[in-house]
Amino acid sequence: MDNRQAFIVGTGHYVPSRVLTNADLERMVDTSDEWITTRSGIKERRIASPEEATSDLCLEAARRAMEAAGWEPGDVEAVIVGTVTPDHAFPCTAAIVAHRLGLPTVPCYDFEAGCSGFIYGLIQARAMILSETLDRVLVIGAETLSRIVNWEDRATCVLFGDGAGAAAIDSRGPGGVLGGWHWGADGSMGPSLVQPAGGSREPISHEALDGKRNTIYMEGSEIFKNAVRAMRDSALMALEKEGLRREDVHLLISHQANLRIIDSTAKALNLPPEKVFVNIHKYGNTSSASIPIALDEVVRDGIVKPGMNVVLAAFGAGLTWGGMVLKWK
Amino acid sequence: MSLENRVTEIIVNKLGVKAEEVTPEAHFVTDLGADSLDQVELMMDFEDAFDLKISDEEASKLQTVGAVIGFLESKGISV
Repeated sequence: MDNRQAFIVGTGHYVPSRVLTNADLERMVDTSDEWITTRSGIKERRIASPEEATSDLCLEAARRAMEAAGWEPGDVEAVIVGTVTPDHAFPCTAAIVAHRLGLPTVPCYDFEAGCSGFIYGLIQARAMILSETLDRVLVIGAETLSRIVNWEDRATCVLFGDGAGAAAIDSRGPGGVLGGWHWGADGSMGPSLVQPAGGSREPISHEALDGKRNTIYMEGSEIFKNAVRAMRDSALMALEKEGLRREDVHLLISHQANLRIIDSTAKALNLPPEKVFVNIHKYGNTSSASIPIALDEVVRDGIVKPGMNVVLAAFGAGLTWGGMVLKWK
Repeated sequence: MSLENRVTEIIVNKLGVKAEEVTPEAHFVTDLGADSLDQVELMMDFEDAFDLKISDEEASKLQTVGAVIGFLESKGISV
């Protein structure tokens, strides 16, 4: 039990094929490629087709993660999905995905921790495995944010994209050991990043739709300040729990919300640019999907190798935040 | 070091401008080339350096170097 560990043994991601560039957005709202690029670092993002829902993106990402792990459907013992854009309020997206993957009737649930969702998922998976509740769990972060973006709000519509990432977590390695972590939330800041209508507080109505209150509302500067500080502190506390210092970090994968936030976080952690992974230019902010997409890219591109310490850090609606150290073995 | 010099130092570090450009009348956006996120980061640097909180409403009024110095003085900040 003391020696029991949780390993990432396979990763996968999927993004929709439709690319929406900054030039496309220039034709939709009063914006410019230069404005978007200098303020966010985003050049293009992926948009789900009308037929694609969050579970469809999850399905492909999960298949790739299972294939990388060498898992058969019968090997999976639970599926958890972090998302703010589930197919439905119920049933859970995880069960839809499990059914379509042909899994046995394993436990499935969704959880909502905004952009910190995937790290929250890894922390849950680690706890399940170390407590001997199970041996193999599929953790997915997936979003179709394009469905809840206000496409008339030039301040926010340029920032978000769709995608999914998955990780197969196993009690047996080798792989990325789920190490020191930190997670937290501050509900007092909730109103600064919110989808106001569509839940029990403000059910969907004609008035809500007319006011676009079913779309993302964000107070950018307040979120920016809190994001930088919370990601820095989450990363530092996760490192401390693992007994590592910031000099021991080989790679930072932070939530891809905004290049300026990533740069500020890296600076606050004293990390040089070559230790900071960035793919925001390709996908924009995909909320809970951003870290597992990035993780899959660094694994498949061979950027991550045994012996490396990878630090994850995220921040999102809630407000929530989280950090985790992955020690690759 | 005076409060004015400390504020100037923070602005020079963040915006990469010359110290002589950082006059009390200098406007962050029109004179010093800051964009909205630079301004947010500047406010964060002031918060960290002087150990205080600057609300968004307060920050929106701090458009010039002199306004920042006046604001910090009004909060009893000295160096």
